[in-house]
Amino acid sequence: MVAPVISARGLRKTFGEFVAVDGIDFEVPPGESFGLLGPNGAGKSTTMRMVGAVSQRTAGELRVLGLDPDTHGPEIRSQLGVVPQDDNLDTELKVRDNLIVYGRYFGISRALCAQRADELLGFAQLEEKAKARVDDLSGGMKRRLTIARALINEPRILMLDEPTTGLDPQARHVLWDRLFRLKERGTTLVLTTHYMDEAEQLCDRLVVVDHGRIMAEGSPSALIRQYSTREVCELRFGSERNADAAARLEGLADRVETLPDRVLLYTDDGEGLLERVARLGLHPTTSLVRRSSLEDVFLRLTGRSLVE
Amino acid sequence: MSQTTPSEETLPADVREMVAAATAGAVRPRRFGAWYIAEHQLRQMRSYGWTVVMSGIGSPLLYLLGIGLGLAAFIDVPVASGPDGPVDYLWFVAPALLASAAVGVTTEEFTYTVMAGFKWRRIFWGMNASPVSPPQVCAGLVIAVTARMVFVCVSYYALMVLFGAVGNAVTGLLIPVVGVLAGLAFGLPLLAFSAGISDDKGQFAMVQRFVFTPLFLFSGTFYPLATLPVWLQWIGWISPLWHASEAGRALSYGLGPGAWSPWVHVAVLVVMAVAGGVVARRVFVGRLRG
Ligand SMILES: Nc1ncnc2c1ncn2[C@@H]1O[C@H](COP(=O)(O)OP(=O)(O)OP(=O)(O)O)[C@@H](O)[C@H]1O
Ligand SMILES: [Mg+2]
Repeated sequence: MVAPVISARGLRKTFGEFVAVDGIDFEVPPGESFGLLGPNGAGKSTTMRMVGAVSQRTAGELRVLGLDPDTHGPEIRSQLGVVPQDDNLDTELKVRDNLIVYGRYFGISRALCAQRADELLGFAQLEEKAKARVDDLSGGMKRRLTIARALINEPRILMLDEPTTGLDPQARHVLWDRLFRLKERGTTLVLTTHYMDEAEQLCDRLVVVDHGRIMAEGSPSALIRQYSTREVCELRFGSERNADAAARLEGLADRVETLPDRVLLYTDDGEGLLERVARLGLHPTTSLVRRSSLEDVFLRLTGRSLVE
Repeated sequence: MSQTTPSEETLPADVREMVAAATAGAVRPRRFGAWYIAEHQLRQMRSYGWTVVMSGIGSPLLYLLGIGLGLAAFIDVPVASGPDGPVDYLWFVAPALLASAAVGVTTEEFTYTVMAGFKWRRIFWGMNASPVSPPQVCAGLVIAVTARMVFVCVSYYALMVLFGAVGNAVTGLLIPVVGVLAGLAFGLPLLAFSAGISDDKGQFAMVQRFVFTPLFLFSGTFYPLATLPVWLQWIGWISPLWHASEAGRALSYGLGPGAWSPWVHVAVLVVMAVAGGVVARRVFVGRLRG
C-alpha cells in the first residue's frame, strides 16, 4: 500500500466558540486529484490552511508528507505549491520577477529560478507578458501566473483554493486545461471549489463538505450513482404554481425536490417521466431532461443548493 | 526538532523518502529565509528608487545648505558647548538631522509597506505559504529597511563631512551607526503597531503628525533640550531622536557640560529597539498563523 501524502483524522478548527472545521477525516494518496466541494463558509479554506501548515489545528491528527505541520511547517511548505483563494502576487514587480522572487523563498538559486520562470511562463501561456506589470493582466492570467508561481519549487502537492472563482467561462476552460496537464504528469492536486462542474472535471475523488463536516465521499460518478438517479427532469410552472404542481407529482418520480424557481424530478428515465407528467394534465412552461450532477448530490445531502 | 521527527526505522520506505525530501527542502529557508524576504523587499524599493535616493541625498543636502549657509549665519549666541567651549551651530544640529532622517525612513517603511504586505497587496501571505516563517518575514522587512537607513545615514554623514559639520570625523564615523539605531528604536515599536492594524483609518498620518513631528520639534534637535521648560523635557527623554542626537554630538565634538555618557543614550536606544522588535515579531506570528 502506498503511504498517503495527506492524512487527516478528526481534524478540527475553532475560532473562539465558532467551529469552522468539525472533525473531518480524509486521506490523499500520491498522484490523486482530490477535491473539497462545499458552499461558502463550509470550512474549505480553513482546511487548506491547516494542510498548508500555516494555521494550527485545534484538535485531531494531521500528517502531510509524513510530518506534523505543528512541528515541521517549513519542511512541509517546502514541498507544497499553494494557490490561495485571493491572489497575492506582488503588483509592484513584473510578471517574471514575481516567479523569481518567489522561488528564492525556497532557497533555489537565482539561475535556476530564472530558468524555471521561463519554463513556467511557457506553461502558463504568459511568455508575451513576462515583462508586463501584474496589474495589466486579466483575472485569468493572474490566476495562471499564481499557478505558475506555485510550481516554481516543483511541489509534490499543488493546493488550489477555488482556482477559477470569479473567472469567465473561457478563462476557466483555459485554466482547467492547464490543471489537466499537471494531473496527467502525476502532480497531486488538492483543490476546493463550489462549482460542481469543476469538481466533475478535475477531481478523481472528492468530499462534499458543509458546516465543517464531510457529508459524503467518493468519485464524482460514484457519488452521483449513490445519491442521485441517472437523470433529472427540471420543470418550471411559474414561481407561484411550482409547489402545487410538485404536490401532484409526488410518487411519479423516485424523488421530488421543489426549489423556488423549478421542480426537480429524479428518475432513471427522463423522457418517459415527461410523458407521464403530460398525461396527468400538467403543462410546465419549460421542461428539460438532463443527467444528474454533483449539484443534485449536494441538494440531496443538505437540502440546499450549492451556489446561492 | 529532531526529537519530534518520526523515528527512521519504523517508517515505510516511501514515507522515509518524503520526509527526507522535505527535510532537505527546508534547510536553506530555515537558515536564510529572512534574507530571501529582504531580497524581495529591496527589489520592491527599486520601484520607488527615486524617493529612496532623494530622501538619502536630496533632503540632507537641502537641510545642510539651508541651516549651514542660512540659519547658522544668523545665530551669534553660542547654542551649545563641547568640552572646549562653544561649538558651531551646524555641528550641533547635524547629528540630530541625520538621526531624524533615519527615523523618517521608518515612518514610511514601517507603516505603508506593512499595510501593503498584510492587506493591500497581501504579499506577506504569499511569503507565509512558502517555507519561510512569520518571524523571518518580519526580520526580512527589518533587514531591508535597515539597508535603506544605512544608505541614508552614510550619505548624510558624507555630506556632513563635506560641509564641515562634524567636529571629529574619525569618532564621527559612528554617527551613522547611532542614526540607524535611532531608526530602529523608533521604527520597531512602530512596526509592532502597524502590523496589528487591519484597517487604515488614517493612523499613519496621525503617527506622522502627532508622534514624529512633535519628536522632531521637541527632542532638542534645533536647540538644547534644557532650553525647554521641564514639563516639556520628558518628550526628549523618551525620544529616540534626542538620545541619538546627544550620542551623535558626543561622537562629533565630545561631551559638553552636563551631557550624559553616550553609552547611556545608546543603551536606551538598544532597549527600545529590542522591545519593539520582540513585540513586532509576536504580532507577525499571531497574524500570519491565525
Ligand atoms: N480567522 C478567522 N476568524 C474567525 N472566523 C473565521 C476565520 N477564518 C474563517 N472563519 C470562519 O470559518 C468559516 C469557514 O471559513 P472558510 O474560509 O474555511 O470557508 P470556505 O469553505 O473556504 O468558504 P468560501 O467558499 O467562502 O471561501 C466561515 O464561517 C468563516 O467566517
Ligand atoms: Mg474559501
